[in-house]
Amino acid sequence: MGDILDLAQRYRDEGADELVFYDITASPDGRSVDRAWIHRVAKLLDIPFCVAGGIRTPEEAETVLNFGADKISINTPALTRPALIDELAQRFGSQCVVIGIDSLEVDRQYRVCQFTGDPDRMRNSGRATADWVREVQSRGAGEIVLNCMNQDGVRNGYDIAQLTEIRAISKIPLIASGGAGTEQHFVDVFRQARVDGALAATVFHSAAIDIGNLKQHLLAHSIEVRP
Amino acid sequence: MTGQVALIDSGGANIASLQFALARLGHDGILTRDAGFITGARHVILPGVGAASTAMERLADRGLDTVIAELTQPVLAICLGLQLLFDSSGENDTRCLGIMEGHVRALEPSAERPVPHMGWNRVNQVRESKLLRGIQNGAYFYFVHSYAADIGASTTASADYGRTFSAIAEQGNFFATQFHPEKSGTAGQQLLKNFLATG
Repeated sequence: MGDILDLAQRYRDEGADELVFYDITASPDGRSVDRAWIHRVAKLLDIPFCVAGGIRTPEEAETVLNFGADKISINTPALTRPALIDELAQRFGSQCVVIGIDSLEVDRQYRVCQFTGDPDRMRNSGRATADWVREVQSRGAGEIVLNCMNQDGVRNGYDIAQLTEIRAISKIPLIASGGAGTEQHFVDVFRQARVDGALAATVFHSAAIDIGNLKQHLLAHSIEVRP
Repeated sequence: MTGQVALIDSGGANIASLQFALARLGHDGILTRDAGFITGARHVILPGVGAASTAMERLADRGLDTVIAELTQPVLAICLGLQLLFDSSGENDTRCLGIMEGHVRALEPSAERPVPHMGWNRVNQVRESKLLRGIQNGAYFYFVHSYAADIGASTTASADYGRTFSAIAEQGNFFATQFHPEKSGTAGQQLLKNFLATG
């Protein structure tokens, strides 16, 4: 717990614009994350934050939001029961409903994966990523985080081709995820794929990239960010 | 300076973040619909999330619409709260509190600018502002909204999102922000501090 609070504080001080807290093991186990920590994070943070993992019902979403989260991110449960998106959007407003999509390129086609928190249970949902992106928007999603799995963890840069394709059909904010390794990768994804935000974990956790320095780099390349 | 701040309960609003932000500044934010408590508080905040019509009905239900208009201590209205201070809102054609002159209209979505307007945006000072003291002009604040008040006599700072709208409005003891200062990092904290230093 101390680690989470320390990290939250560090990223806030470095100038992160938003934080996402993932419990990627929550969904495959069929359990919910222990929500008490959200309250402590909310007490500390004065920037928006999103909670992802194991939110399967509007009631669970309400608990998370009442603890002080600004947004909830849904991945596997939305694939299992897409009407959940409509219910969340109607009850809490589209602005706090984020849909996380894990997309894998298979035979030159982008496909949505589910249960990605557990290698043994992970599977191709059979859905084309573009179809799912259209569907979640029509159901009331307020934001999409597209995690490009072929790039995830390899730090070779964001998947510009896929993000560009999805950007073209996304009328709501699109956040790039997967592949960040250098400051230049962020410049590339904002310039070329025109995404609304870029998410990264490893390079920030390991302090390979400092968020403050990254923002200076982006500003130097005429990309508008909050300094 | 520490003390209690009355947070007017207009329904639907998640005010945990706001209470935490006030706590970081040494203040206790008390959620209330009690007219006596609101009138007696040193500072009053009108938060709000949801539809203008629902919030106005809920305020009127307890006679709080009249109470708010007659407050003489510093009042800060946030997000939907700002919209409620104006004459009327295009959201379900709602008559609002009429404390500030002007009309609230829907933001027009476009390919480049989805609605709700959600995220960090620059706030530009247009005239003397007590809330912006010590804050750099053009600082970023965090917005989440689908409606916005036009620029008017009470506007002290503006923001752009498809059109230019009132980001901050100030008139006498009434202060209002369309953005969420409690979610706007250091700049937001300074703004709240400025508000609590008034009166």
